Amino acid sequence: MTDLVVIGASWGGLDALRAILATMPAGLDAAVVVAQHRSPESHRTAFRDLLGASTRMQVREAADKDALRTGTVYVAPPDYHLLVDPDSVSLSTDEAVHFARPSIDVLFESAAESHRERCAGVVLTGANADGAHGLQRIAELGGGAIVQDPEEAVRDEMPRAALKAVPEARVLPVAAIASLLVELCGLAKVSA
Amino acid sequence: MAVQVEHQPSSPEGRLETEQLELELLLEGVYRQYGFDFREYAPASLKRRVWRRVDAEKAGTITGLLERLLHDPDVMERLLLDLSINVTSMFRDPTFYAALRTQVVPVLRTYPFTRIWVAGCSTGEEVYSLAIVLHEEGVDDRTRIYATDINEAVLERARAGVFPLDKMKEYTENYIRAGGRRSFSEYYLAKYERVLFDRSLTENVVWAPHNLVQDRGFNTFNLIMCRNVMIYFDRTLQTRVHELFYDSLERLGFLALGHKESIRFTGLEDRYEEVDAQEKLYRKVG
Repeated sequence: MTDLVVIGASWGGLDALRAILATMPAGLDAAVVVAQHRSPESHRTAFRDLLGASTRMQVREAADKDALRTGTVYVAPPDYHLLVDPDSVSLSTDEAVHFARPSIDVLFESAAESHRERCAGVVLTGANADGAHGLQRIAELGGGAIVQDPEEAVRDEMPRAALKAVPEARVLPVAAIASLLVELCGLAKVSA
Repeated sequence: MAVQVEHQPSSPEGRLETEQLELELLLEGVYRQYGFDFREYAPASLKRRVWRRVDAEKAGTITGLLERLLHDPDVMERLLLDLSINVTSMFRDPTFYAALRTQVVPVLRTYPFTRIWVAGCSTGEEVYSLAIVLHEEGVDDRTRIYATDINEAVLERARAGVFPLDKMKEYTENYIRAGGRRSFSEYYLAKYERVLFDRSLTENVVWAPHNLVQDRGFNTFNLIMCRNVMIYFDRTLQTRVHELFYDSLERLGFLALGHKESIRFTGLEDRYEEVDAQEKLYRKVG
């Protein structure tokens, strides 16, 4: 069963993320970790508040060594990489990867290697190729690969790059992604 | 008898497990040959940094890197740079430096003399930022800053005070947002593509090697700054370093961490009061 979902988004990502999280049940039996490209100066809490207002899940901006809890969404803080270790998340201020910090590849690769077949990766709208390599790593270690339908994405470069790297990925409109994630992760027995 | 393994070494899972073993052997080799202990670093970021050195040395595998560094200290020197340089900028998080100016300096001003420890100072950006704040507040002549890092080569760079010219635009913007009172360019001389910071800023700075993982405390301080250094440590190591900081702080001394770090789960959270929750500024009370 999948107990970690990682989501990467860039240009146009906020609306896509809100659409997915809006239909997600509070009791999703997995932790969700999000890397959204945004400016280092972006308002510290506005992004988290916007996401939090649109979902029943708990949303928090990730802090260093936060334990991974099911039913919780962890958002990468601006100007840090966010990585997944076996039981927690870690931050890094190492150089930007492909001009991005947080980098989706950095998040996805660490999630793939720490959680292997228990991890699912979702690549959403964006105008670059970040996430393609990371999604490939998730797929080759037995995890689930999901890509937003490029036809409906605000910018299709990122989903197309991900599909080129992982041709077997499930292609879905955002409206259908939440229910697939529920299918993959299941619901916690005791819901809050 | 046929050799049996859980995963075929050629499969992605098998390669990952072999790589994990190689990483452990590398850290063991580094520790036993050179005495640096990276075994309690957070695994994911550590692995990325090690692979950067494997690729730069064209060593092919982590074992290939181990083979080279055991026989060639220059390779170890370069790996040490990769593992110990923490990328930062002057006045990173301008609001933190503004808080330092308005909430910490007024307290320091009431003491006849203060000691500050910048732990894990890397290439010195934070030390120069701090020195500028203290200078503008007129407390620099009764303050001593102890700037320490695990890596002596990095300390040399920090001490030299030479930084790339193309960073000055970003640093100037940060400085202004941090409440800087002058023109940032007063603090450096530009020459070709680099700038040299005013030597008088660091007259009261002691640059010294110190390994947070293995060395003990060496003084007591009124302020300890350690921002975005411990994010590379696992939680066990973080807790140990927090104990070192606690023991090294004067009563009512300040502790400054990075924006996304905290003293939760260190067992010491009750010993501090929160001075500024957003800026991760704490004060030792217990």
